[in-house]
Amino acid sequence: MFNFVGNVFRNLTRKPATRPYPYQKRAPIAGNRGHLVIDPAVCVYCGLCSKRCPARALAVTRKPNTWTLDPYRCILCGYCVEVCPKHCLSLKPEHGDYS
Amino acid sequence: MAKITVIPFGPQHPVLPEPIQLRLELKDEKVVSAIPALGYVHRGLEKLVETKDYLQTVYLVERVCGICSFIHSVAYCQGIEEMMGVEVPPRARFLRVIWSETHRLHSHLLWLGLLADSFGFENLFMQVWRAREAVLDLQESTAGSRVILGVCCVGGVRRDIDEAGRDQIKATLDRLEQDLHRIVKPILKDYSVQHRTVGVGQISRELTFERGAVGPVARAAGIAQDLRQTGYAAYSELDFQPVVETAGDCYARMLVRFREMSQSIELIRRAMERMPVSPISVPVKGNPDGEIVSRVEQPRGEVVYYLKGNGSKNLARMRIRTPTFANIPALLAMLPGCELANVPVITLSIDPCISCTER
Repeated sequence: MFNFVGNVFRNLTRKPATRPYPYQKRAPIAGNRGHLVIDPAVCVYCGLCSKRCPARALAVTRKPNTWTLDPYRCILCGYCVEVCPKHCLSLKPEHGDYS
Repeated sequence: MAKITVIPFGPQHPVLPEPIQLRLELKDEKVVSAIPALGYVHRGLEKLVETKDYLQTVYLVERVCGICSFIHSVAYCQGIEEMMGVEVPPRARFLRVIWSETHRLHSHLLWLGLLADSFGFENLFMQVWRAREAVLDLQESTAGSRVILGVCCVGGVRRDIDEAGRDQIKATLDRLEQDLHRIVKPILKDYSVQHRTVGVGQISRELTFERGAVGPVARAAGIAQDLRQTGYAAYSELDFQPVVETAGDCYARMLVRFREMSQSIELIRRAMERMPVSPISVPVKGNPDGEIVSRVEQPRGEVVYYLKGNGSKNLARMRIRTPTFANIPALLAMLPGCELANVPVITLSIDPCISCTER
């Protein structure tokens, strides 16, 4: 009947498992696919990333050179990063602030 | 003679994480029959394969289910690889096992929390979900995402687990094993838990077989059927034996999942020990042509992928039969004769995933 009592006391003496978000945010874990960034100086605007994107979140045009990401469509799979011939795309572990 | 009353259970109900309706015919407080109504979260994912190429579809099938996403991508990739005659490197096969088993762990922990919540054991719900958080953190650090990992690809996997990752997996599994040890006794020996689960939603081995149940529902009724026995990915090298119970009630289904969690921990440890050094993927050229059926074991049971290629980059057809779809007929056999108050516990005992079912 009192099987759970030990766990209850342990929970009472332990620190909370949660944190007071948004005042205290968790440090991003290395290797996490948090948000997509581009180095426009290296990009040749070939459009391969937008062709391969499974969510159609990228739009690339030439004349004028534009590279546009729709952050609400992006599923952060990293497929564009793999196919980019110039390696100008990368995923950073911090989550993007799109507010 | 008591009057028959029809009560709609769902689609919105406090214990249901996803919408399904069961129209319950009751005689006083006893269920006489149940009629399911599905279709609340149909998304038409199978149709989308016509607009995505077969490499993009990997990310699509991962989104069929928000819990066992990686295993969906394994089923799909194995089917395409078999169709195209692609040999996956051995290390990739072991990595697929590791992430499949972390998915099984967090799925069973999530289910256990929801079951505890369904009979009002809030403390246990909190305790189990806290333990699950460690598995999600592990997936985030090794694969880059918490649930929808996006690491499986046609020809292998996209990420390797290095030495630091292996140390972290070992530490997390040790801690998780301790957490499970602490909660196993309060759950399995507790009077209230036994009162709500032992003998509740019982189904015989014969009826389970007849209704075509899969996964823990079938194994809890004594059917030793687990797709991992076929040795897909690297399971053939990990001495896998299915977990089987015989009672066929909610308690037996809980026992099966508990033992499967311990088994998953052991399988991950073995996979890390026996994982060879090799590339993690091979390049894939050409387009799939032909048709194939790919089957793997998800936390809820067997998932079946039918894939048909026509030599173009888009598949001609994809059909998915998910485990919950196979378990609903068994659920309908469990409900007649039970008390209305036990319907939520019995429904949750099959671990229903409605988004999977409706795709």
